[in-house]
Amino acid sequence: MLSFLIKRIALLIPTFLGITFIAFSFVRVLPGDPVLLMAGERGLTEERYQRLLEEFGYNRPIWQQYVEYLGDLAKGDFGNSLVTKQPVLSEFFTLFPATVELSLCAMILAVCIGIPAGIIAASKRGTFIDQSIMGTALVGYSMPIFWWGLLLIIVFSGKLGWTPVSGRISLLYYFPTPTGFMLIDSLMSGQAGAFKSAARHLILPTIVLATIPLAVIARQTRSAMLEVLGEDYVRTARAKGLSSRRVVGVHALRNAMIPVITVIGLSVGTLLAGAILTETIFSWPGIGKWMVDSISRRDYPVVQGGLLLIAAIVMIVNLLVDITYGLINPRIRHQ
Amino acid sequence: MRKTPFIIGCLAAATLASAAQAKTLVYCSEGSPEGFDPALYTAGTTFNASSRPVYNRLAEFERGTTNVIPGLAESWSASADGLEYTFKLRPGVKFHSTSYFTPTRDFNADDVLFTFNRQRDEGHAWHKYTEGTAWEYFNGMDMPALIKDIVKVDDMTVKFVLNKPESPTVANLAMDFASIVSKEYADQLAAAGKMTDLNQAPIGTGPFQFQAYQKDAVIRYTANADYWAGKQKIDNLIFAITTDNSVRMQKLKAGECHVAPYPNPADLPELRANADLTVMEQEGLNVGYLAYNTKVAPFDNVNVRKALNMAINKQAILDAVFEGAGKAAKNPVPPTMWSYNDAIQDDPYDPVASKKMLDDAGVSGLKMKIWAMPVARPYNPNARRMAELLQADFAAVGVEAEVTSYEWGEYLKLSKDLDRDGAVLLGWTGDNGDPDNFLSVLLSCSSVGGSNRAQWCNEEFDGLVNAAKQESDQAKRTALYEQAQVVFKREAPWGTIAHSVVFMPMSNKVSGYKMDPLGSHRFDGVDIAE
Repeated sequence: MLSFLIKRIALLIPTFLGITFIAFSFVRVLPGDPVLLMAGERGLTEERYQRLLEEFGYNRPIWQQYVEYLGDLAKGDFGNSLVTKQPVLSEFFTLFPATVELSLCAMILAVCIGIPAGIIAASKRGTFIDQSIMGTALVGYSMPIFWWGLLLIIVFSGKLGWTPVSGRISLLYYFPTPTGFMLIDSLMSGQAGAFKSAARHLILPTIVLATIPLAVIARQTRSAMLEVLGEDYVRTARAKGLSSRRVVGVHALRNAMIPVITVIGLSVGTLLAGAILTETIFSWPGIGKWMVDSISRRDYPVVQGGLLLIAAIVMIVNLLVDITYGLINPRIRHQ
Repeated sequence: MRKTPFIIGCLAAATLASAAQAKTLVYCSEGSPEGFDPALYTAGTTFNASSRPVYNRLAEFERGTTNVIPGLAESWSASADGLEYTFKLRPGVKFHSTSYFTPTRDFNADDVLFTFNRQRDEGHAWHKYTEGTAWEYFNGMDMPALIKDIVKVDDMTVKFVLNKPESPTVANLAMDFASIVSKEYADQLAAAGKMTDLNQAPIGTGPFQFQAYQKDAVIRYTANADYWAGKQKIDNLIFAITTDNSVRMQKLKAGECHVAPYPNPADLPELRANADLTVMEQEGLNVGYLAYNTKVAPFDNVNVRKALNMAINKQAILDAVFEGAGKAAKNPVPPTMWSYNDAIQDDPYDPVASKKMLDDAGVSGLKMKIWAMPVARPYNPNARRMAELLQADFAAVGVEAEVTSYEWGEYLKLSKDLDRDGAVLLGWTGDNGDPDNFLSVLLSCSSVGGSNRAQWCNEEFDGLVNAAKQESDQAKRTALYEQAQVVFKREAPWGTIAHSVVFMPMSNKVSGYKMDPLGSHRFDGVDIAE
């Protein structure tokens, strides 16, 4: 197991270096110059333009900028935002808890509904129930997130008034947020109704963000279950006279979970990508919205740093998935 | 940044009950401020959150107008040669007392000198106080070339010495970059090694004091109890950052905010029909235009430019691009600007006459480019669509136009080229309510190769605008600018397309709000019914 772990971690290093290169070159390949964008319609003289380029260090050769960037990264310095002038790392960690809170809720919802839905569909294969579940999953998977979010807001917030439109908590509540997780901070605040308000604000964005992973997990669970249910050992278990519930819930499900866990791990990337749209619709102050704003402003340090940090998180989650996978399936760690 | 709100939050954590009793106005703003030191930035969204609530300037724009009125200066006078402006400062003005700063003295001349010297003096300790400090507006308004010196006459008198007479000087000093910063606070930050906090936790003399900013989510202000013009009627001002237009309007309808700017034109009928809401509207201080390159044939011929202007169906553009939220433009300055010459007749939409003029000018089979901006702006919400409509209009008079576009930064750069091919769609939003800010910036000979995208240099026009710049009598300036607009129309360096109409929906509970012709959103003087 140890050598398996070491191998996996060693693989992260070249991957991370590759990502630094992609992140660095990606923002520079994009047309657009942060200095010109900053000046806008007003424009600036050639002399001033050159001076600003020099101040930001963008007049040096690209390779030199890249080497310096790697040097700074090695020291843990992700640079400062060109716009807010704040350290990229501090901005990221200010906003990250909001994204994690939303993503975790969405993942929990997706797993709690997706897995049972997949199991039911598999065990009722070919029936109306199976077709309904898979049809709904297909619709969920194909849903344009922006449209879906706005539709839910118009119906549940606008027409029915059941949920708040956007934000993380009612503006009437004002308390310190030491953890950045609004559910936890609202509980810690001791203010009556704060937790309820935070939870209500989570409902719609959670549903919107969970929609695609939920559909994927349901479909993956169904196909994995179908494969496993046809195995000899399941037939043996049935022949032994075990209840259908025990056969499906214990013998089949455990083995079917291996590919599902992989999908859940991979969904972290999907969630972070989905968060970009969901956060924009629901004015959710997380890293998705932050990245979108930074790309449109060509805020190089933020785009580079943000991409790196997000990639690092996805890589760590995938590492954890690999480890879990190895724990569940000994064949993997022995390969 | 998070630390400060925590501390403030701990000290000032309000209970739900007490928050409900205080008068709180919630403004759903369209974006996050870049920072809170307005001199560092150029975006209106940043100014709305920083300079307007928190700061004052020596002179102020009167709410709802472009008139310049006394602010932190009680009065001012100009020398006969127009080279010296002396400001008498207002006594007894207090900077905000917050959990992170308690002033020991009132506002004085040192604060004025600090505010401007940090921007103009490259050797000043605060000139580079944060990474990439460019003082973009100060430089963009050409202040380094204009200001020769700023002299402290005494504690309450400051003199600005100029290199050349410039009538809009006082209006320039009412702009956001000229917001007066506390030198005492800056000194405290410098001593603590926390200079960058000036851009995160602002201290001003304005109607509201900064309380906390939760990045990309909420900005909180409280009314300044010691405000020199009297405490505001509302106790708390909250900016709820809501970037999506549709969501912002849903929040307004649901009562989650009281004022929300920039509705989608398609949402206006429903907003107007809502009995709980009022929709205010005003023409924006902007102009959208099509600039021909007057240095390149055949656009060096005024008759060709006139002919193309007569081929433009502006009403179709207003309907399709502005969806009713625009007004046809005939002058290079907007109608809300003083000196707007309403007597001028616009070129009529007449494709037949246009074609004849082109034929008479010997132009046939003309092929040209129309540059379409890649971004939406108030003066042009959809440049691609506008370009396509112009393409069709020009095709009707036998001109084959190709629509071209670039990334925004490239667009701005390439469109300045003297030998640029074709006509460029662009526009301008006024900074200080002075006609010079349009006519000189966009059309003077000195702006050719820069912000004068028509590359148009007309001696008669330039003479009028320069004379107005050096004239301090507003009536005389008005006459000069009116005449300049006549010359402009005659020479037609642009096709003037439209001025936008700005809509501001708000709850009926809000009173006293005035739409600002300069486009900022101000909440001083605003009240809310409980």
